Formats: sequence, structure tokens, C-alpha cells
Amino acid sequence: MSVDVRTPPDSPPVIDAVPLRHPWRWVAAIVIVILVALFLFGAATNEAYGWTTFGKYILDERIVSGVVVTLELTVLSMILAIVLAVLLAVMRLSPNPVFRSVSWVYLWIFRGTPVYVQLVFWGLFPTIYKNIQLGIPFGPTFFTFNIQNMSLYFLLAVIGLGLNEAAYLAEIIRAGISSVPEGQSEASTALGMSWLMTMRRTVLPQAMRVIIPPTGNEFIGQLKTTSLVAAVPFTFDLFGRQRDISAVLFQPIPLLLVAAAWYLLITSILMVGQFYLERYFSRGASRKLTAKQLGALAEAQTLGEAGHT
Amino acid sequence: MTATAVATPMVKAENVCKNFGALKVLKGVTLEIGRGQVLVLVGPSGSGKSTFLRCINHLEQVNGGRLYVDGELIGYREKGDKLLEMPPREAARQRRDIGMVFQHFNLFPHRTALANIIEAPIQVKGVKKAAAIERGKDLLSQVGLSDKATAYPAQLSGGQQQRVAIARALAMDPKLMLFDEPTSALDPELVGEVLGVMKKLASEGMTMVVVTHEMGFAREVADQLVFMDAGVIVESGKPREVLSNPQHERTKLFLSKVM
Repeated sequence: MSVDVRTPPDSPPVIDAVPLRHPWRWVAAIVIVILVALFLFGAATNEAYGWTTFGKYILDERIVSGVVVTLELTVLSMILAIVLAVLLAVMRLSPNPVFRSVSWVYLWIFRGTPVYVQLVFWGLFPTIYKNIQLGIPFGPTFFTFNIQNMSLYFLLAVIGLGLNEAAYLAEIIRAGISSVPEGQSEASTALGMSWLMTMRRTVLPQAMRVIIPPTGNEFIGQLKTTSLVAAVPFTFDLFGRQRDISAVLFQPIPLLLVAAAWYLLITSILMVGQFYLERYFSRGASRKLTAKQLGALAEAQTLGEAGHT
Repeated sequence: MTATAVATPMVKAENVCKNFGALKVLKGVTLEIGRGQVLVLVGPSGSGKSTFLRCINHLEQVNGGRLYVDGELIGYREKGDKLLEMPPREAARQRRDIGMVFQHFNLFPHRTALANIIEAPIQVKGVKKAAAIERGKDLLSQVGLSDKATAYPAQLSGGQQQRVAIARALAMDPKLMLFDEPTSALDPELVGEVLGVMKKLASEGMTMVVVTHEMGFAREVADQLVFMDAGVIVESGKPREVLSNPQHERTKLFLSKVM
């Protein structure tokens, strides 16, 4: 064996090889394109799809207002769910046994019953609790209001969706927190940080990398779960609106397609948001240098070489 | 021992015991570390040296005996002849003044080198951000990494990460530094740069407790060398004397393996 320890006189020419061919990829792609074209042609010419009705209602005022309401339900219930879930997850992992038990019972109830049942229950809430009173238990009452008189179904739908989702998100967040190595909280503790500060500044930001992708899923899932709010009953969301219209027209298929198209559009937008969130929270996770850092290193290398000659 | 060290020792351990369940890890450790002194703890793995180090800043709670840092009882409050468990807030206050460096660095991977250093001063001590950054940059240049302020830990070599970790601990202006096998996870060629920073720190008068297998460092820098085995101190003294003329069989056996 011989090893050339001298500095090479010239750097060798950059390799220019023939790239590997992939003929079967082309075959598969062509077959799929043909199948899709056939399906699209069939769908376009099939009367049952009712494309004229689809075109007429896709931007219908009621449908668009339904989209707005669906978005409101999704965003508000997710905000409620995220706040509650962080609280539940941190409680579940806290050294305090009271907090741990409360969190466990919450998860047990809200994961253990179907969301549809919970939504029906929230709809019946004003029947079960007719008045809300503020005061000292068994003592004087400061404040009473009758909730049966209020139209609360939107609020109840948000609460119902949010409280159910919180139980699932709490488990995702707990898994994220557990994925952060113990040395991280140890180092924070050794620097004199409190348990809560360690959670907030060290553990949760690192857990986010693990938490964000499944939370994106949950967000998209929640968007679709809003179609169940009819159980409350609340029917001003996208799915409720299209059902109202299709019940009058006796044309369920085009209106289902209208709703599906809108759900798909919103989901696509959410996916873009998820991409940027994931990128933000993966800071420092990879050894890969950013374009800026690579540029600086290459420049330093060139300068160094120039210095040698 | 110098005159100042006679006043109050920086660390005073009286018969410190620690067990995990039925397992006794420390079986009565008694020692004193004077101000500005460097104590090196050596011993086979499982001898309790890391556990003792972790007891000093209350990462582990002592089960028996007393441990004082700068005259203050660690982890407990004395009320008459009763001992009260210390509330977490007070334990955190005690830890602020004790820096710790870990075998696996434990830098915060989501923060840059500089952000790692300024985190605790800002969050724990309430130092103004501009002042913390200035001090942080100063510390980075002290450990020879002034060009790495914006690098994330994953982009640094092990030796560089450990030097950032040392700077992070120093940013809290500790009166005592604990090193838990700071070079054990490093490539041999990177050990020197970390030991260099530690030597400089020792020469500047920092009180240090170092768990290490670097006998060269012990010989050169330590004021006191302690050999531990099975949860007790077997032998201690001036590093040159212990290393060249160990009195106990167990010390001789251990040193013959590591030197």
C-alpha cells in the first residue's frame, strides 16, 4: 500500500459522469397519467356530478359564510385546546401529585368518550345548568345569569371541540417534552433556573420540534371534525350550510363536492403554514449549515488558500 | 493551606451519605476545600465521585451528614435541631452561585453559543440584555471562541461545545465551579483545549472541584487529590505525593490502570 503524502500538484478535474437512467419510473408515471385522465374525463362527462350546480354554489354567499364559520370554529377551538393542552401536559409531568391526578382524570374522561357524544352533551349544557351563579358556595350570590336565554351554540361548539382536542394534544405535548434529554433540564437547574422556567425556556422550545408535525395533523383533523357540530346543534358551518342547500335542491353530490373542495383548499393552506413552523422550530437541530454560514466558510477557505500561495 | 482558606472553607462536607433506595453510593465523605483551591476527585466508575459532585449543588439530595458551600448548608434549613427540606426557590438561589460543567456538555441546542451564555444571567439574575451580551462576548473570547457567537452547538466540535459550556457557567459569576468528567466525551486531540481553559481558570483563583481521569491535569493544577472507591475516600493529599507514592492497595491498583 502506498499513500501519497505530498501535496497534490493540481486538483483533479471535476467528475462528469453519465447519470443513472430510471426507465421504469417513466413507465409508471405514464400509466398513472393515463388512468387519471380517464377518471377526469369520466367525471367531467357524468351528469351525476352536477358540475353546473357545483359552479353555481362554489362561491355562494351561504357557502362562503359557512367557510368563515368553519375557520372560526377551527382556530378558536384549537387555541383553547393548545392552551389547555400545554397546561395539562405540564401538570401531568409536574412533581406535584395533585396536578398529576387532575390531569390524568381530565384525559381519562375526554379521551374516553366520543367527540360526537361530547358535542351533544355541550348542546344540552343549558338544559342541565339553567343558571350560572357567581358567589360563595352555600353563601351569598353576587351574580346570576340565565344561560338558557342566550344563543350560545357557537360558543358551546368551540368549547366542545376544544376540550376534546386538548386531551389528545396534551398527550402529543407530553411525548414532546419527554423526548428532550434529561441533561437539558439538569443543565438549566444547575444554572439556578426554576422548574417552570426550565420548562418554558429550555424544554418546551426543544419539544416543539417533536410537537409541531402531529399538531399540524390535529389542526387539519379539527377542521374536519367541525363538520360534527350539527350535534350541538349548530349548523352555520360549511358542512351544515351545504346540507341545508342540498336538502332544498335534492342534489347532494355537487354540494358535497363544493364542501370537499373548500375543505381541501383550507387544508392545503394549513400545510404551507406547517412547513414554515417546522422549519422555524428545527433551528439548531441539524449540523447542516445555512447558505449564509456555508458562504462565509467558503470565503474563509478561499482567503486561506490565497494566503498560502 | 493559605491563610484565607482557614476562615470558612468554600466546600465543607461532613460525613456525607447518599443512597438511591437500598443502594449506598456515598458512605460518609468528609473533606474541605479552601477558597481558590482546586480539588481533583479520581476513582473507578461507580465510586460515587460524580454523585458527590452532584450533591454539592443539590442536583442530588444528601441523605446523611452535612454539606456546606461558603458556610451555607446545602439543600436543607436548620431550625433548632430540626432539618427542614428546602423550598425549590431557595435551592435554585444556592445553585446560582455554583457553576457546573457536564460530561456531555448539555448546551441548549436551540440557542446559539452566545444565547446559551446569556440565557441564565438574563432569565435568572435579571441582567440587562445588552450587558449580558457584552459579558457573553467577553467570555467567548476568554475561551478562544469569539468567532463562534452565532454558531449553534451542533455546528461546533466537542471541545468547542465544552468551552462554550464553561463560559455559560462562568456567566453566572460563580464562586465555585464543578466539573463532571469534562473531557471524557472528547476526542484526544480536543482534550487539551478544554484543559487549557480550566488551567487558566484555576490560575485566576477559581475554586474548582474536578472529577477527571486526566492525571496530568491533576498533577499540574490540583492542590488536593482525592481518591474515592465504593463511596468512601480511600486516600487524599498533594497530587504529586498520591500519584507517585500511593499508600493504599486500591489506589495503587487504580493508578496502575490509568497511568
